[in-house]
Amino acid sequence: MKIYRIHALICAGAQCLAAGGNGLEDALKEELKKHDLTEEVNIVETGCMGSCELGPLMVVYPEGVIYTKVKPEDAAEIVEEHFLKGRPVKRLLWKQEEKRFPTLSEVPFFAKQTKIVLRNCGLINPEDINEYIAQGGYEALAKALTEMTPEDVIKVIKDSGLRGRGGAGFPTGQKWEFAYKQQSDTKYIICNADEGDPGAYMDRSVLEGDPHSVLEGMAIAGYAIGAQKGYIYIRAEYPLAVKRLEIAIKQARAAGLLGKNIFGTNFSFDIELRMGAGAFVCGEETALINSIEGKRGEPRKKPPFPAQKGVFGKPTVINNVETLANVPVIIEKGAQFFRKFGTEKSPGTKVFALAGKVNITGLVEVPLGTPLRTIVFDIGGGIPEGHTFKAAQTGGPSGGVIPAEYLDVPMDYENLPQLGTIMGSGGLIVMDETSCMVDVAKFFLKFTVDESCGKCTPCREGTRQMLNILEKITSGNGTMEDIDRLEKLGNIIKLTSLCGLGQTAPNPVLSTLRYFRDEYIAHIKDKKCPANVCSMRGAKNERKVVNRRPA
Amino acid sequence: MDKIKSIEELRKLREQAQSFLKARQGEAKAKIYISMGTVGIAAGARDVLLAILDELQKRNFTDVQIIERGSMGLDVEEPVVVVERDGVKVFYGHVTPDMAREIVASHVINGQIVSDWVIAKE
Repeated sequence: MKIYRIHALICAGAQCLAAGGNGLEDALKEELKKHDLTEEVNIVETGCMGSCELGPLMVVYPEGVIYTKVKPEDAAEIVEEHFLKGRPVKRLLWKQEEKRFPTLSEVPFFAKQTKIVLRNCGLINPEDINEYIAQGGYEALAKALTEMTPEDVIKVIKDSGLRGRGGAGFPTGQKWEFAYKQQSDTKYIICNADEGDPGAYMDRSVLEGDPHSVLEGMAIAGYAIGAQKGYIYIRAEYPLAVKRLEIAIKQARAAGLLGKNIFGTNFSFDIELRMGAGAFVCGEETALINSIEGKRGEPRKKPPFPAQKGVFGKPTVINNVETLANVPVIIEKGAQFFRKFGTEKSPGTKVFALAGKVNITGLVEVPLGTPLRTIVFDIGGGIPEGHTFKAAQTGGPSGGVIPAEYLDVPMDYENLPQLGTIMGSGGLIVMDETSCMVDVAKFFLKFTVDESCGKCTPCREGTRQMLNILEKITSGNGTMEDIDRLEKLGNIIKLTSLCGLGQTAPNPVLSTLRYFRDEYIAHIKDKKCPANVCSMRGAKNERKVVNRRPA
Repeated sequence: MDKIKSIEELRKLREQAQSFLKARQGEAKAKIYISMGTVGIAAGARDVLLAILDELQKRNFTDVQIIERGSMGLDVEEPVVVVERDGVKVFYGHVTPDMAREIVASHVINGQIVSDWVIAKE
């Protein structure tokens, strides 16, 4: 293979492209040609590196120098100064005082993360299977097929304690075993890539940056339960992820890593993409199955569970993208390796999409059980200057808030439910004192009202009534009885809805009522919004925060 | 690409591909620093660099990092090439493309310092 002295990795995740990274690769290549450097410098478009706030990002190896906010206009300077003369362009470097040329291992945002799921994101070219193989890719599949029985594979996954990363945290090994025990000539593996939480994009980044890890995870799962076919159900709003997946599937087929008799064994497995039209409810597994079958995206009642009767009536395992991306690592390195990270009951890592009022928004992967404070302040760089942390919303529209007094809570599947929220798929929205909690609850509830499929009454009618009450409160017409009504209604909807969407929809309201009841009361009794967000009829509120300035 | 039929074939492919990615891992057996300040370039550092790359390519040696640096003040000795291997930094002065090929072959790859051209050690 060709030797290049410089590898320049450009982040080509959707954020960085949207932030102006489109055209950077061409501009750099054009400049390289001018200076006759094309034979020496390898420009690679790679997946998301995580610090989306500072994108478009570029990392230059061998030094590992990080450039932030690189635009196509900067190409000429970078090529002439850095690639030709060896002088990094200072004005574009990651801002850090003590080091002149901070590299990946020196910036806390990167150094404090533990990357298992995102191990290859931002390091390899997602459109080249060779680079995935160079990183040890498909080794786990080879090991599973040639050295392990399906029972062994299931046992390793069970021992590892891997839990579903889609939100519910159900033990993956148990799910596989359940499907394995079903008698059927046809079984299916489905990868749930219908990521719909507002502000969450972990799965998209994995698919864009390291699609082969998901394909490999699916093939291993297929071998374990005895399936020959897999579907990836992905939103049509993720065109880049779809494109990279298509390329990856094509390359894997060409290399014989998907298709008939993989690695010369009796095992055959192939994967097909299915595009969703962006309905939030289709992330619910039974609605997703309906959608794949070409039916209306509405949930079915459980049982029978998909592992018994799933897609086309056959036993089906549905795993989330992040869950599947963990599988090759566990098979290759063993259950004990995986258990080194995270806690006893929640082993491994979790990717969070850090968004909202925080300095460095982006993707962070940390061991489960990492305190919220570490994620927000050490990795995320804290709250923009002049503002204070008020709360963080986890689990998107299905979750709740964590107020400032619980900043040290370990983020795992045990501790979050005790605070009235859930881990969810990994959305983490940070709020400061300028966020009105009633308004936040209203925002999330409005989302679920829009996305409710309408099949069951509690979710269709109940959430609508809750939203009406919230609108009444935020417009200054609320009464104290409304609070009780919200709580009562919320609890009934949780108990009686058909699927996860309705069962979790009241969470943002119930959770903000639990920690920020005083704000609801202020809206009702004083006709005032403490954060000055809601427009209260007849009330003249001063704006408390005049000029927000991001750090 | 050809179908991978066994775990051995996969491992072989992995080894080949791995060397390509070596530069992104931060660790390498040898590091080569080249002064690419104005003086260095004027003295012919570009040609030296190209010769080094070409020689590495010919000998298929990838466990190396090539890092450009600014001038270190030794203008009189430019082009200056520094080879760091086994914990020792060796400075070579007045390097020509032919000398560079020799340095790659004996020092970078085989660890034998070309003492005739050494101007300093660290």
